[in-house]
Amino acid sequence: MKRSIVATPSKVVRVSAVLGIVFVVVVVVSALTGTAGIGIVKVLKSLLCEWCEGFPALAPPEKTILFSIRLPRIIFAGIVGAALSTAGVVFQALLRNPLADPYILGVSGGSAVGAIIGIIIGAGCVPFGIPALAFLGAVLTVALVFVIGSREGRLDSNTLLLAGVIVNAFFSAVIMFFISISSNADLHNIAFWLMGDMSLADGDKIILMGLLLAVGTGVVYCYARQLNLIVAGEETAMQLGVDVKKTKIVLFFAGSLMTAVAVSFTGIIGFVGLVIPHMMRMALGTDHRLLLPASFLFGASFLVIADTIARVIFPGMELPVGVVTALCGAPYFIYLLRTRST
Amino acid sequence: MSIIKMAGIDFRYKDAWALRDVSFDVRRGEFLGIIGPNGSGKTTLIRIIDGILVPEKGDISFNGNNILGMRRRDFARLVAVVPQDSAMIFPFKALEVVMMGRSPHLGMLRFEGDRDFEIARKAMEMTDTISLSDRSIDRLSGGERQRVLIARALAQEPEVVLLDESTAFLDIKHQAAFFGLMKALNREEGLTVLAATHDINLAAAYCDRIMLLNNGRIHALGAPGEVITEANIREVYETDVLVDANPLNGLPRITLMSSNLSGQGSRSEAGAAPQL
Repeated sequence: MKRSIVATPSKVVRVSAVLGIVFVVVVVVSALTGTAGIGIVKVLKSLLCEWCEGFPALAPPEKTILFSIRLPRIIFAGIVGAALSTAGVVFQALLRNPLADPYILGVSGGSAVGAIIGIIIGAGCVPFGIPALAFLGAVLTVALVFVIGSREGRLDSNTLLLAGVIVNAFFSAVIMFFISISSNADLHNIAFWLMGDMSLADGDKIILMGLLLAVGTGVVYCYARQLNLIVAGEETAMQLGVDVKKTKIVLFFAGSLMTAVAVSFTGIIGFVGLVIPHMMRMALGTDHRLLLPASFLFGASFLVIADTIARVIFPGMELPVGVVTALCGAPYFIYLLRTRST
Repeated sequence: MSIIKMAGIDFRYKDAWALRDVSFDVRRGEFLGIIGPNGSGKTTLIRIIDGILVPEKGDISFNGNNILGMRRRDFARLVAVVPQDSAMIFPFKALEVVMMGRSPHLGMLRFEGDRDFEIARKAMEMTDTISLSDRSIDRLSGGERQRVLIARALAQEPEVVLLDESTAFLDIKHQAAFFGLMKALNREEGLTVLAATHDINLAAAYCDRIMLLNNGRIHALGAPGEVITEANIREVYETDVLVDANPLNGLPRITLMSSNLSGQGSRSEAGAAPQL
């Protein structure tokens, strides 16, 4: 009987360290990648120049590009990727469904309707603009789905799942209606929002999103072992000492809130929350004490890579990051599924 | 003497009464069988003893302490359940499944320590599952999986183990092996076992006492020879059976007398109730 079969603290630390290093490398490479070429030598020199005179400093525009445009956007992409992946792990476990993703309870549909209304009426008309409307839409939708899915104070997973699917389908129709009546100028904005867009990153959003991610992830991680037991079945979890009713409410709430905030700022970035949990599960097993930190870190790296590709692949124009996550993620996922089954 | 005391338990699902005025004692260290037709209240009773369902009326005490409203964590250290089967959408390794049994003994954010691994190792030794440790639970055979689930129940270090139709999906060889193992744990470790089962012959062979449920009430409770009689079975199951003594151990044995097979001698033994 080998202990290494089970997730031990040292295994969690080792895996997190490796994935943490991967993330740092991804951030550095991404920061130095872009249409305005900023070489690593130049950056190092400019950093050295803080202490020693005589080297040519980084030109002010390059400094602005690096520290005011690229880095905030990279950090933001990392935060959003981590949030969506963590929420994906939570939803797949709570609903015991491999097809579940952070949007499955209607967050995407509700926030999209809010955002599109904002785009059409003009974001200046409301305080805090489109993100506020998107967040409102997301929260109202999740509340509605919870009301539909609760029976005598407990959340029934199958009913929740069906309620989410139906609500999302309904909102698709509403979205199509708005698209069909909107002007050409709005259409471009709507399309970008629906596919996820990172270009709106700024300092305030990073701090808000980062704080929320920290709290949400902390709460979720406290329930990591309980999530293992819920995956084994809700009745089994109760028999093994889990207060399933309370755990589900706390975790659905935490997962939904993290998703709602991420979606409000960036639009619907698909695939991250579905695929990263599966990749990590295939590599590391089902234990959530390992799966949660691994998905958090790898999800962050994944979205930074995807966003870097989105901003550099066609010089002079940007793709919505959701296009890249789906185009890269889906084939790789299929490859993993096929090679794993042998 | 008695480990569980149930007094005047009533339970209903919406309009349908599932249990009416159920009172009985479970003796420490006994192997108690619970039989009865579909819908007679076996599973409901198991779920009440496990604290998943809360009765509408009545008292349950465990070692003299009332347990209604007890925290799930505390419950899980007293009572463990071996379910019918364990379908996991994301499969765990066998050792991970056994270690789940330690969960009610661990605080939030705590990992299993040396003592927990030692307890799990012992549980897996007793159930002969150590060699399965790193196998995925969904790749095990039905018999192997049930042994892993027994090991998980033992890892909980409970005082009582509930078997909820635990052998329903096993063939006769594994049914006998399962009950044999539970009997050995009952004898050697002093574990109290409550087994809800459809298999009257298995219950007769392994249980010290048997409870026969009918429409949510206790129809009979006593030694196998007192409970498993032609009259009791006919009245509760509305089926004609032949009850005779098992030639191997003298315990009661039932044989189904299916109407269209009656008079054809031994072929009537091919009925629904498998022989041991």
